[in-house]
Amino acid sequence: MLVRIEPRGRHSALWTYGSPVLALLLTVLTAGLIFAAMGQDPWRALHTFLVAPLASETGRPELLVKAAPLVLIATGLSLGFRANVWNIGAEGQYILGALAGGGLALWFYESESPLLLPAMILAGILGGMAWAAIPALLRTRFNANEILTSLMLTYVAELVLAYLVTGPWRDPEGYGFPQSRLFSEAATLPNLVPGTRIHLGVLVALLVVGLGWALLAKSLVGFQLKVVGQAPRAARYAGFSQPALVWLTLLIGGGLAGLSGLFEVAGPVGQLTPHISPGYGFTAIIVAFLGRLHPVGVLFAGLVLALSYIGGEVAQIELGLPNAVTGIFQGILLFFLLACDMLILYRVRFGLRQPARAAEEAR
Amino acid sequence: MLASDSPQHPPRAAAAAMPLLELRGISKAFPGCLANDDVSLTIRPGEIHALLGENGAGKSTLVKIIYGVLQPDRGEILWRGRPIQMASPGFARRLGIGMVFQQFSLFEALTVAENIALGISDPEERRGLRRRIDEVSRTYGLPLDPGRAVHDLSVGERQRIEIVRCLLQNPRLLIMDEPTSVLTPQEVERLFDTLRRLAAKGCAILYISHKLEEIRALCERATIMRAGRVVAECDPRVESARRLAELMIGTELKSPVHGKPAGGRAEPRLVVSGLSLRSEQAFGTDLKDIGFSVAGGEVLGVAGIAGNGQTELMAALTGETPCDRAEAILIDGVPVGRLDPAQRRMRGAAFVPEERDGHGAVRGMTLAENALLSGYRRLGLVRRGLIDAGRTLAYAERIIRTFDVRTTGARAEAGSLSGGNLQKFIVGREILQAPGVLVVSQPTWGVDAGAATAIHQALMDLAAAGAAVLVISQDLDEIFSLCDRIAVIAGGRLSPARPVGEVTVAEIGLLMGGAVGNGADRSREVHARQD
Repeated sequence: MLVRIEPRGRHSALWTYGSPVLALLLTVLTAGLIFAAMGQDPWRALHTFLVAPLASETGRPELLVKAAPLVLIATGLSLGFRANVWNIGAEGQYILGALAGGGLALWFYESESPLLLPAMILAGILGGMAWAAIPALLRTRFNANEILTSLMLTYVAELVLAYLVTGPWRDPEGYGFPQSRLFSEAATLPNLVPGTRIHLGVLVALLVVGLGWALLAKSLVGFQLKVVGQAPRAARYAGFSQPALVWLTLLIGGGLAGLSGLFEVAGPVGQLTPHISPGYGFTAIIVAFLGRLHPVGVLFAGLVLALSYIGGEVAQIELGLPNAVTGIFQGILLFFLLACDMLILYRVRFGLRQPARAAEEAR
Repeated sequence: MLASDSPQHPPRAAAAAMPLLELRGISKAFPGCLANDDVSLTIRPGEIHALLGENGAGKSTLVKIIYGVLQPDRGEILWRGRPIQMASPGFARRLGIGMVFQQFSLFEALTVAENIALGISDPEERRGLRRRIDEVSRTYGLPLDPGRAVHDLSVGERQRIEIVRCLLQNPRLLIMDEPTSVLTPQEVERLFDTLRRLAAKGCAILYISHKLEEIRALCERATIMRAGRVVAECDPRVESARRLAELMIGTELKSPVHGKPAGGRAEPRLVVSGLSLRSEQAFGTDLKDIGFSVAGGEVLGVAGIAGNGQTELMAALTGETPCDRAEAILIDGVPVGRLDPAQRRMRGAAFVPEERDGHGAVRGMTLAENALLSGYRRLGLVRRGLIDAGRTLAYAERIIRTFDVRTTGARAEAGSLSGGNLQKFIVGREILQAPGVLVVSQPTWGVDAGAATAIHQALMDLAAAGAAVLVISQDLDEIFSLCDRIAVIAGGRLSPARPVGEVTVAEIGLLMGGAVGNGADRSREVHARQD
């Protein structure tokens, strides 16, 4: 009995959408086994991790708060990934957006102007774009691989953030803690739903999903992205400019990452600290692929991954599990997703293979 | 004279007459199509057997089943009278079946001997390989120097490597898939000589081709397929090429009609002068001082063997590789050498690249989306950055109707079409933009006879309407039947164009081989990739 893997010769529509579902099931199964190995009752642990956050009054709105940055970033990344522009540095662009907008909040600390928040939002977008412009320039001018450059710039961004909050931007009344002042009222996003932390970012994320869908499905630019990704030679033949698309996708991706960084510091966090992101920029990559690089899919995938963050927190509090549970869950999910995606192009066959000897006999 | 050869005859008495390979009632279905429907085929030892059929007739599927690449859904395979299951290509090779594919799998940077050694896993066999290569190439008239690097070799020589590779396994059956499409007429003669020698030594040959004259010259039996079924089995030597083609297509063939525009000498619409270009590909061919002009109403043919600069010339003409000088290419007197493809289209040019999949069309996209690919600007299918879905769909449907593209509709994926139908769609997409200049590379490559005739007629009609048409093709029959003047590209240089009535196939063949001082092998410069 042998397992054989045969090429299908075409994309399987069923498995394009079946693969994320199967990957999720396998991930939950594996997470249960890991919980059991850690001496937990797997049912109770899984319930705490995946169901309890949804069942609580505070958990559900929090899901939206966590999903908003993931969806914003992943929608931008999806556009690039469609065109084979592999921006892995959304985390850095997120930080730069937070720094640019947050810097403005600190600079105009005394201001009560209603223009401060819009200016911060704009600065957040521009900050993320500026950070993404570096890999775009290096790729289009020197053909430098954007996977490496954008990833390395993430570490630079983290160090810049750490320098600022421990140095020049440290809260003078903060007892030396590495964090900035709390933003003023005028620099903070209002809560849209009383009693929750739901902020403007949640609405913007929904809007961006709609815009992203329209761009991909209805516009010439979206068509160009798809052609460049699926058949680069056909894109050249059609006269689509690849450098222009590299710039466009990196700027959109960077801008959205920067925007979500700003929303996070001006909303739930309320100040600059070294830990303004629980890895949203990297998790958004998983969200993009789990959502099949489709804005609507990204919306659902963002909710799933947001659950892993909240579930991790609840599991930490109620079961005393380490916070690493979230990272493990996300890692296993990506692992299974990549494996299951093989089913889109290949099928698995079980069966006996004819022994080689038969050929010699027949000859 | 047609005889239906029933597979169920009683076992023959004489062992020599026992079929080498017998297929009985082979069926193979793919989602949405029955590729092989109850196909039976008998190949006797030492015979040269033609497998004829349009693209999409099921030839490739059948051959893949014989070579163990695919498994049939139903039916039996008998090898020398014994039922077997052709489990894999490795199994087929051990039985003694060799196959020479249309696309060669050779490493350009390695030598002939190294390439052949790569295909042999048994170290025992690899010993004394050079001696055996020499032996085989002498016996069958396949001159090859085992020490030469592949990138120095012509396509004909490369094919010889593939054939020698098969012959080293002492095959009983050799399958040749469209072997002559890349050869000069002289090289074709040489190949036929080799195949006849092989057959004389008892090796059967299954010869797949759509070139009817060749089949009539070479093969003693032919099995003709249409829509997945065997429609006839005959002796091609006694049938006319026309009759074979009609059996293959199932309708009567129309010859393309030359329609000449009225009036005297037309203005040149496409003028190329002093075009030199370094190839972007490693082992590519640089273009050297190319010059020609095509007048409105005229079809100019560029003949030549693959790899002599056709790809580079096409890229320079479409604008995928911009030229150094804008004046190197003029469209209706306007310099376009530095414009991109979309801008050149706005000046009235249209292009059909050689490669359908991934260049002329995107497999995974619908026909409507593929219609958008080259027509979006010229036809105003995009307004304020948004795609006009209705007009795009209507345009795709117009192409499908006008060019008789067999498909389920404009929303079908390009990859679901047969090669011939997709080519008709691409050619139609370019022609319906009413271009002043049309550049076509390999318009009927791998396309069935019916579609080829339709495409040829469309090209001639376009020229008759006043457009300048440039056809780059390796198919000499096509060039001679289609073009008014012929030039030959060899080693990146283009010979002066001559009227079709004043040259012979043999002369063109010699030019293609680089006979006039600028031979392909000698002047072809190989350089490392520059990025």
